[in-house]
Amino acid sequence: MTHLWDFPGGIHPPQHKDFSTARPIRHTGIPERLILPLQQHIGDPAEAIVEVGERVLKGQIIADVKTGMGVAVHAPTSGLIESISEHPVPHPSGMADWCITLKPDGEDQWCSRNPVTDYRALDRDQVLEIIRNAGISGMGGAGFPTNIKLRPPRDRKVSTLILNGAECEPYITADDMTMREKADDVVAGLKVMAWILRPERCVIGIEDNKPEAIAAMRKATEGTQTEIAVIPTKYPSGGEKQLIQILTGMEVPSGGIPADIGVMCQNIGTAVAVAQAVLGGSPLISRIVTITGEAVREPGNFEVLIGTPIEYLLEQAGIQLDKLSRLVLGGPMMGYTLTTEAIPVIKTTNCVIAATASELPAPPPEQPCIRCGQCAEACPMELLPQQLFWYAKATEFEKAEHLNLFDCIECGACSYVCPSSIPLVQYYRFAKGEIRVQRAEQLKADHARERFEARQARLEREREEKELRRKERARAAAEAQEKKQAEAEKAAAEGEAVDERSAKAALVEQALARKKAKTEASQPPPAADITEEKPDIESLEKQLSQAQSKLETMQGMLDEAKAQQADNVEKLERAVAKNHDRVKRAEEALTEARNKLATRPAESQSTH
Amino acid sequence: MAFVQQSSPHAHKARPTSRVMLWVMVAALPGLFAQTLFFGWGNLINVVFCITIAVLSEAALLRLRKKPVAFVIRDNTAAVTGLLLGLSLPQFAPWWVSMVAVISAIVVAKQLYGGLGSNPFNPAMVGYALVLVSFPVAMTTNWAEPAMLWDGAPGFSETLATIASGQQTAVDGWTMATPLDEYKHKIASHTSAEVLTHPTFGDGIAKGWEWVNAAFLAGGLLLIGLRIISWHIPAGFLGGLIVMSLAFGNNADLYAPVSLHLLAGGTMLGAFFIATDPVSAATSHQGKLIYGAGIGILIYLIRTWGNYPDAVAFSVLLMNFAVPFIDHYTPPRTYGHHKARRGVPGNQG
Repeated sequence: MTHLWDFPGGIHPPQHKDFSTARPIRHTGIPERLILPLQQHIGDPAEAIVEVGERVLKGQIIADVKTGMGVAVHAPTSGLIESISEHPVPHPSGMADWCITLKPDGEDQWCSRNPVTDYRALDRDQVLEIIRNAGISGMGGAGFPTNIKLRPPRDRKVSTLILNGAECEPYITADDMTMREKADDVVAGLKVMAWILRPERCVIGIEDNKPEAIAAMRKATEGTQTEIAVIPTKYPSGGEKQLIQILTGMEVPSGGIPADIGVMCQNIGTAVAVAQAVLGGSPLISRIVTITGEAVREPGNFEVLIGTPIEYLLEQAGIQLDKLSRLVLGGPMMGYTLTTEAIPVIKTTNCVIAATASELPAPPPEQPCIRCGQCAEACPMELLPQQLFWYAKATEFEKAEHLNLFDCIECGACSYVCPSSIPLVQYYRFAKGEIRVQRAEQLKADHARERFEARQARLEREREEKELRRKERARAAAEAQEKKQAEAEKAAAEGEAVDERSAKAALVEQALARKKAKTEASQPPPAADITEEKPDIESLEKQLSQAQSKLETMQGMLDEAKAQQADNVEKLERAVAKNHDRVKRAEEALTEARNKLATRPAESQSTH
Repeated sequence: MAFVQQSSPHAHKARPTSRVMLWVMVAALPGLFAQTLFFGWGNLINVVFCITIAVLSEAALLRLRKKPVAFVIRDNTAAVTGLLLGLSLPQFAPWWVSMVAVISAIVVAKQLYGGLGSNPFNPAMVGYALVLVSFPVAMTTNWAEPAMLWDGAPGFSETLATIASGQQTAVDGWTMATPLDEYKHKIASHTSAEVLTHPTFGDGIAKGWEWVNAAFLAGGLLLIGLRIISWHIPAGFLGGLIVMSLAFGNNADLYAPVSLHLLAGGTMLGAFFIATDPVSAATSHQGKLIYGAGIGILIYLIRTWGNYPDAVAFSVLLMNFAVPFIDHYTPPRTYGHHKARRGVPGNQG
């Protein structure tokens, strides 16, 4: 018997699970059109790699994430790519995003598949690559790419692998039915993941309100070391942090991940997808979705192609549009309402509730908080919901953050029990959103400030260098002047004996010579001559020193960027190389000029 | 078609504030019944009168504040304040004493602070403390002599007439010093055995009072069972009182014994119905324990060394002052954190 811990708080909302467990899993078949959003999970959106009008086969990759975190998107059936355009996607805001629309041709023709007969013979990285290429991301919640999750940081050894079959939200029975009907696939997927992670312990946590699923899983795990942990029904026991607490007694550190304490949670659906990908060679192109609520005549679970419009699903379940008042994607505690039924099923879609007005009535008007503390009693994270509410309402976000606002998992237990029917979770979402915006703006402002400061520092440095060079030149000039004077004095001293007249004659001669030179110079000489005759050492030196200082600056920037692992490293490297060339060229030009200058005096002597 | 748009969660458990308050009133009924049984009709008349005045004054203030009167009044909180005052005031307190207490509770302590949820002080106790210091004679000489309803207690109409007459003091033969008052003033010059011969103590601990307290205890346990109040404040309250009376007053010839502290006066009413007013109490479990214990300790201190024989109102109000301070230092440890984050940035902490 697995030792179980309790988690604080929690609630016991009415289950309504029997609505959708009465019928076995049905197949919805192929709808008229499939809409495949390019972003179906946390991370970077995929890029379409097919053209409009192209025919694709079932299981063919039609979009992939080339750089960044993400997994591939596959064609759920064979057909033509009709369009790549913006279409409403499952999102609380009801926004539109880029989707590939596929018009099935009805042939359902598979592309070639490569099932692995013995994955144990492969490299772990190869298996992870299979999982990535099968487009698998977590199918329970946020949809984290599974291959990345299965490769925790090296220093984080996963000793407990948990399969989350708690499914604590009312109405949803997708995992329950999957465990009942596909227990072997669940266990096979678990085995693959266990082989990758090599944990000491494998546990499947199931709430005690699913006796059939428990029996099926017990049977499927017979003879293995996998534990089936039957946990008491209490919402939100299926929350990752809560399930870990129930099964291990440990808490995931705030801001950390379960791997920090040697635990990993995987979803039931994800396990099935992994089994199908590795053992069957099939990518993730369908999933189990619960269609329930009092506004459908035949609620139940469906095996649905990814991209199937909700509208089509509702029709299959016998929607009664006149009764439908609220359409919820997900469960009644954490799901969000839809504005349209035209959105498609994606990899994370687990439930659609078509509720009547009496089933999920509008809450009574909000009343003042009486500080009764029911919310704190219900909070599984042991937060102070009412204080968070005060601070969110007063837009005192700093205080809300101090009271661990960001540890809130938005499970809705506080709102559920609030006697004043205050929409607490909405206040927290508002506060979190505002804080995120503030942070982003702060970051932007910080960057701008850093840029400005760097520029100021550079200008200052350049000014100083200029000043230094100017002083250097002035000193050199003064020295030259002194030398000249000293020579002149010496010459004067030597020529003291010379007749003043002859000195005068010499002066006149000199003046004549100057005049001659001048008239000669005023004649337009060949252009090449000027450059050859007068190589501008000074300007060349200036060019060189400028190029050198620029190179230094660039090198500094590059080092900094490398240290911070910024993404402009490549660009900077190119710039540095360019400046290297420039310095080299300037140096060459300068030496050339100097050489010329060194040889010229001789020439001029010989000519004149 | 347009679907309902709503932020999650979509399901709610309906036990609105109005029903919570209704349960508080229901749970107080055994206590009221015991009071009527042992001390006559006075409390019942006071309760009805106080609830009426409370609801009327709340309605008037809501109207002045341009709030939806019918909607807010249905939260039953004004009625609970009236009920608590009716249960606490002396049986023969003249009508105007009760009225002053209720109006200052509802108008000053509650509505002028912003209405339900915004009052830092327990409204009923503000009203009680105000009349206790303002009209000490009316508040100390009007406690009914314990007499069974069917055996010697003044009749309903006589009681009503006495209260309605507005006299500062009721008929001498109907009233009697409370056990706590008697013990406090006699023990300095008498032995415990001598003091206890006074009829106010009866054959048990404190005639009538012990049953009234037991009934409020039962009602309080009902509230805990219904999860309307948590056990922390009553446990702290009674624990503080017990520890203090065992630590300082185990000599019955010098100090009132622990049994008298628990079962005479307003101890159980205070512990389960008054101190547990959520609006003016501490919030976290640890905070509630400290808050309750503070009240229990203060009650003992005031009863033993202060000027008043009972001290629920003053103790509760004093601890109301301390609530922001307690809350500041007693947040719970959040999941995934090593320790609680005390204080709040920007609040000198």
